[in-house]
Amino acid sequence: MKVLALDTSNQTLSVAVMSDDQVLATTTVTTTKKHGAHLLPIIQDLMQTAKLKPAELNRVIVADGPGSYTGLRIGVTTAKTLADTLKIELVGVSSLATIAANIVNETQLVAVLFDGRNDNVFAGVYRIQNGKPVSVIEDQHIPFEKLLPQLKALAEPIVVLGDLDAFTERLKTALEANYIHYPLELSLPSAVQLGRLGQRQAPVSDINSFVPRYLRLTKAEADWQKQHPEEDSSDYVEKV
Amino acid sequence: MERNLILAFESSCDETSVAVIENGEKILSNIVATQIKSHQRFGGVVPEVASRHHIEQITDCIDLAMSEASVTYDDLSAVAVTYGPGLVGALLIGVTAAKTVAYAHDLPLIPVNHMAGHIYAARYVKPIEFPALALLVSGGHTELVYLAGPGQFEIIGETRDDAAGEAYDKIGRVLGINYPAGKEVDRLAHLGKDTFNFPRAMDDSESFDFSFSGLKSAFINTVHHADQIGETLKREDLAASFQQAVVDVLADKTVRALDAYSVKQLILAGGVAANQGLRERLDSELEAFENVDFIKAPLKLCGDNAAMIGAAGYVSYQLKQFGDMTLNADPSLEFDWMAS
Repeated sequence: MKVLALDTSNQTLSVAVMSDDQVLATTTVTTTKKHGAHLLPIIQDLMQTAKLKPAELNRVIVADGPGSYTGLRIGVTTAKTLADTLKIELVGVSSLATIAANIVNETQLVAVLFDGRNDNVFAGVYRIQNGKPVSVIEDQHIPFEKLLPQLKALAEPIVVLGDLDAFTERLKTALEANYIHYPLELSLPSAVQLGRLGQRQAPVSDINSFVPRYLRLTKAEADWQKQHPEEDSSDYVEKV
Repeated sequence: MERNLILAFESSCDETSVAVIENGEKILSNIVATQIKSHQRFGGVVPEVASRHHIEQITDCIDLAMSEASVTYDDLSAVAVTYGPGLVGALLIGVTAAKTVAYAHDLPLIPVNHMAGHIYAARYVKPIEFPALALLVSGGHTELVYLAGPGQFEIIGETRDDAAGEAYDKIGRVLGINYPAGKEVDRLAHLGKDTFNFPRAMDDSESFDFSFSGLKSAFINTVHHADQIGETLKREDLAASFQQAVVDVLADKTVRALDAYSVKQLILAGGVAANQGLRERLDSELEAFENVDFIKAPLKLCGDNAAMIGAAGYVSYQLKQFGDMTLNADPSLEFDWMAS
């Protein structure tokens, strides 16, 4: 299977072109602030290096959230448009699971955190089983102080990855010896791991309705739903 | 002549639109998914909500545009897309999708200025003849643009504060009319009389610039003052007085521009170009300009749509003004001012 995998869900931009589990070409950049301008040129370049034409792809795999809303939409729009226009398969993989997949030790617990501002995090906890992360605490948007006791209650050594700057001290204090800290590069998403996971997942059945997993409503939408609990909010866009 | 087919994208605000255009003049399909109902809940466009709707709609719109036009990707000559001005998150969906289609099928990519698109909606009435003058009035823009030739756009005047459409929405709110308020204010205006004589800002100045914030404030103050003394003003007369002031300023500046620049055509375009009061007024003003042909963008193409982007894109195609895969959204893209 010829696969294009891409992750633009956060500051890191990672793209891989693979043939089954073999990596043909890959690039990971941590310095770009304009994923919109850089993603397609990087894809174009890697595909050329791998000597593949777009029409030869069988599947496109995208990290579909959580993450930066704009970043997610650049990746997901590229992936769903490519799958739609080439009539190929589309797979979405959790952006948190993609990073957890950097860890290969069987049965190891891995927590991945993205900073969600105001001391909130987007977080998920996984256990490595048969070489891939399996969800233990599902991906969610949660105040860090509510997540911490859940991590502690697992009462096992736990590798913590992601944007940890604001949380390291409190993790150390709460988890004590169970807190395992790894080098920074293991917190970077790798499109190769994403491609590996995405090849083992069933493709989405409806490409058109595929959207990022934001894990959070917009403030306007949340306020409105609170004021109108009985209204169905699914039918607001019409073709005219 | 070989058949030129452009797949065009527009997503700068609250409409996701994809169209297939033949030879820059024939609409084979023009799918428009509007989010107005969603944003009406909030009284105006919420950018993050808009971006989320665009990504829900984008490939469905592509599929529908292709199937309705009965064309395949092999038939296409190019992909055109609005890259600004507009909401950055909204623009990014169209730009990203357009680039992806262009890459996947090895097609040239044409970046289109949204305002050029509005002007070229008039192309579906008849070919544009140069030099031409365009009065562009929408929710985000109010400007007079001089077109010396194909692909040439120079601003000679623009609003210094609110866009005309923005002023309509703001006074609409005071009258209890939900966004977008233009159509309802226009309807009310036709039932009332200009009794309040609101200020016509900058109407006597030499420049071709507009200003609507003073008018908007005068309107709001009048209504608030009446509320305070327990007086009820006639909504139809308020609407008529407001619209008369807007139309006076737009028409006077346009007439002055037509006196200063000898042009073959005057083009009226943009969302507010659907306003009946404005259309009627310019119709009568233009009677004094025998040699100027007045073209109004078709009513159904005044709002945002991809057909107009395809028409403008066709001009760029002929001029070989292509973009590459680094194309990014440019939310504050503008035409240049005419050199003085």
